[in-house]
Amino acid sequence: MMLAPVHHILGLTTILRERVLPINGRVNARLNQKVSPSDVVAEANWAREHVLLDVGRALNLSPNAADRLIRCKTGERVSTGAVIATGPGMMGKTVTAPRDGRVVITGGGQVLIEVGESRMELRAGIPGNVVQIIPDRGVMIQTAGALIQGVWGNGRVDTGILTNLAEQPDSVLTGGRLDVSLRGAVIIAGQCKDADTLQAAAELPVRGLILASLFPSLLAVAREMRYPIILTDGFGSMPMNSSAYRLLTTNVKREATINAEALDRYRGGRPEIIIPLPVSSEPAPPQEVATFAAGQTVWMRRPPAAGMIGTITALRPGLTTLPSGLRAQAADIKLENGEQVLVPLINLEVVG
Amino acid sequence: MPASLVQGDSLLAVNIGAANTRAVLFDVVEGEYRLLASASAPSTVEAPFQDVSAGVCNAINDLQTVTGRTLLNADRRLITPTQLDGSGVDAFVSTLSAGPALKIAVVGLLDDVSLESALRLAEMTYSRVVDSVGLNNHRKADQQIDTLLRLQPDIVIITGGMDGGASRSVHKMLEPVGLASYLLPQEKRPAVLFAGNQKLDDEVKGLLSNVTSSLCFSPNVRPSLETEDLEPAARELANIFLGVRQRQLKGLDVIANWADGSVLPTAYAQDRMVRFLSQIYAGGKGLLSVDIGASAAVVAAGFGQRSTLGVYPQFGLGENLPALLQYATLEDILRWCSLDISSGVLRDYIYQKALYPSSISAGKEEQAIAQAVTRQALYLAVQTARRNFPRSLRAPRPGLLPSFEPILASGGALSDAPTEGQSLLLLLDAIQPTGLTTIILDKNDLLPLLGAAAARNSILPVQVLESGAFLSLGTVVSVVASASYGSLVARARLTYDDGHEAQAEIKYGSLELLPLANNQSAKLTLQPSHGADVGFGPGRSGAVRVSGGAMGVVIDGRGRPLVLPDDPVRRRELIKKWLWTVGG
Repeated sequence: MMLAPVHHILGLTTILRERVLPINGRVNARLNQKVSPSDVVAEANWAREHVLLDVGRALNLSPNAADRLIRCKTGERVSTGAVIATGPGMMGKTVTAPRDGRVVITGGGQVLIEVGESRMELRAGIPGNVVQIIPDRGVMIQTAGALIQGVWGNGRVDTGILTNLAEQPDSVLTGGRLDVSLRGAVIIAGQCKDADTLQAAAELPVRGLILASLFPSLLAVAREMRYPIILTDGFGSMPMNSSAYRLLTTNVKREATINAEALDRYRGGRPEIIIPLPVSSEPAPPQEVATFAAGQTVWMRRPPAAGMIGTITALRPGLTTLPSGLRAQAADIKLENGEQVLVPLINLEVVG
Repeated sequence: MPASLVQGDSLLAVNIGAANTRAVLFDVVEGEYRLLASASAPSTVEAPFQDVSAGVCNAINDLQTVTGRTLLNADRRLITPTQLDGSGVDAFVSTLSAGPALKIAVVGLLDDVSLESALRLAEMTYSRVVDSVGLNNHRKADQQIDTLLRLQPDIVIITGGMDGGASRSVHKMLEPVGLASYLLPQEKRPAVLFAGNQKLDDEVKGLLSNVTSSLCFSPNVRPSLETEDLEPAARELANIFLGVRQRQLKGLDVIANWADGSVLPTAYAQDRMVRFLSQIYAGGKGLLSVDIGASAAVVAAGFGQRSTLGVYPQFGLGENLPALLQYATLEDILRWCSLDISSGVLRDYIYQKALYPSSISAGKEEQAIAQAVTRQALYLAVQTARRNFPRSLRAPRPGLLPSFEPILASGGALSDAPTEGQSLLLLLDAIQPTGLTTIILDKNDLLPLLGAAAARNSILPVQVLESGAFLSLGTVVSVVASASYGSLVARARLTYDDGHEAQAEIKYGSLELLPLANNQSAKLTLQPSHGADVGFGPGRSGAVRVSGGAMGVVIDGRGRPLVLPDDPVRRRELIKKWLWTVGG
């Protein structure tokens, strides 16, 4: 009995997402508050730049002697040019703050000042209701709608109206198809094979791009784009899997949030598309783990039939020798086109 | 759990890898420790499971099915010690390689002394060095602070200052570390290992003990300019590794509890056994152990009292696989491939495999690609590790490996290969050994588990090693010669104990096999041609008693270094021919 990871492609489900700051801060949102993806739900101060003033060295004094001359205190705000310490004597040298900032700590004849931008904002990322406050860190947001997981994202988040440019799951998007009417849209496309098309989308700009696959050589360009890009199926030249294609194309003209966060295999973060839908009662949440069984719909991670959807017709007992010569637990899968393939269980995810 | 395993008998050992978790049961059979059974299950470190202990329990569950022995209770907790009804086990040990590579910042003084030692120390665990600061670093202290804040290393290794030497410079290096740690939130503060001038221990404590997640000390890695001793610091680093992992990986505390706190990094435990074995296998040659898995490639070598250990996540076959392309081109990898594969298909494979590290090759084409990738990754790991081998070791020619005996190999890519011939050929291509050597395949990843068990029971590893739990692939003779393809480089004659003989003429560019089963030995006489070196020196003949194995005696006349033809068609034909020679 082998545990199976689940690949979420769901028409309607309850979606619960945790949004937390990386450090302690202030939670702005209230319990039960309705939020949109761009709302700031929490914020923190986190200085990324510091200046260390070695007063002792500057004034040619011992650390203890320098400490006695330092005028500022921990927590104090200082402006550019503010006197931090003055050396002894009538013409004593002065040490001044080189930039606006806040004194973090003094001691050992030194002063550490944090400078530069320090405010960190955490946005909701998805539309929904705040159902839990995590003190000092963030919130849990709940919504109901369609959920489509991807396998790779470029780290951006945005919301827009779903627009389909993929007549087929393997349609190739070209720059010539991107016109001003698509400004602000979240585009469904099959594949994109050149950097110019990605750039053209950025210039419109679009609010997101959902692709089935991308050549690895274009990943660096995709990461540079300021709009979110999600891959639903993988790398190379793979068509979109039929379940995701159907679900996305039947929701065209609805608002969709595209969260192209990077896959975090340890925390469970995964790029995803959320399409909020009106509901009269709370639908069942997605299951995260299943057990392989005959009759299940599965998604194939690797060849044969990588990225395709099929149904388990039989689980083979024990270990099966695959065409590669490796032995593994395997299943017979019937693809949507009727073809039968033999797939190791480790290469499958249950769709649900 | 008994305090001493002299009274206890059975031992359960679990290795938690990135892709698979393996459980192995040892017990006393006819008065000696034996490997009873082994089972494995997919690891559950990653989402959606996110609980290390689930995969461990699944592997133990499979072991229960194989052995018919109950090891877990109804709550899926380990039963210890062995009960009257025969359920349970007396002791438990574990090794771990799963988890993201630790981010390590190293701080030292001189680039080619303490800092270099710190970098070598960092290379002894599953890590990537994210920042390196020495005296020659041009960044100001506040820039160093900002870098550490941005990178948020898991561990900071500080070295520098010979024992009894100057301390002011080291003090200066400590300040940015202390201030950055002070500024970080509590849960993100790094662990610090101080392995420098021991006179500074108190000062380091004063500066850092309140601002780090843990502060550890070890003897100086460079007590003098000429002396480097990494082992004590490596031991501390192994402890720190476990501490960091327990914070990162849910369920590991359960496993650590079962193991009485001793879960070892897999590579560290492997190195422990290599050091032990290299003292047993005397005879002037070092002992080499290689492991290639999803987390990393590991190369451990023992040379009597000394050992070297290199852990290379950048050469792992899992989530880090795209990093291989920083060290090798697609063409470098494709040259190992027996099929005509385009570079685009190879690149797609690398990225798709990195998404799903535990996934496997279902078809022939993917398997050919996987083996080519494994060859290149292991080749690079061995070449990188070679830098740290003692300079006194002599290789037949510059640039070649010194001769090792034996060579131990492990990792799913090797143990799960469709045939033993494919495993052997992969090892010969990647390692390119020289001279005479025995190649042993550790199909059950026992070596690190024995290394972990050794601390609890020093008899068990010895008896298990002697019991045939490892698979000998055979004796390999690697001919070093300058010759043209097809010319005769050596003659070999194998004389069996019953007087029969098997002979072979080894042409340059070929592989020849002489049958010699496991548990058999015979006399091998080698006669080189034209100055070739068959392990006795250039142009020298010799005879030696050799052991058999799954592939018998293999004479590799393909040359060292192994140079493949530039013409891709010819190259693929040659690779297919070699594959056919070793059984396909």
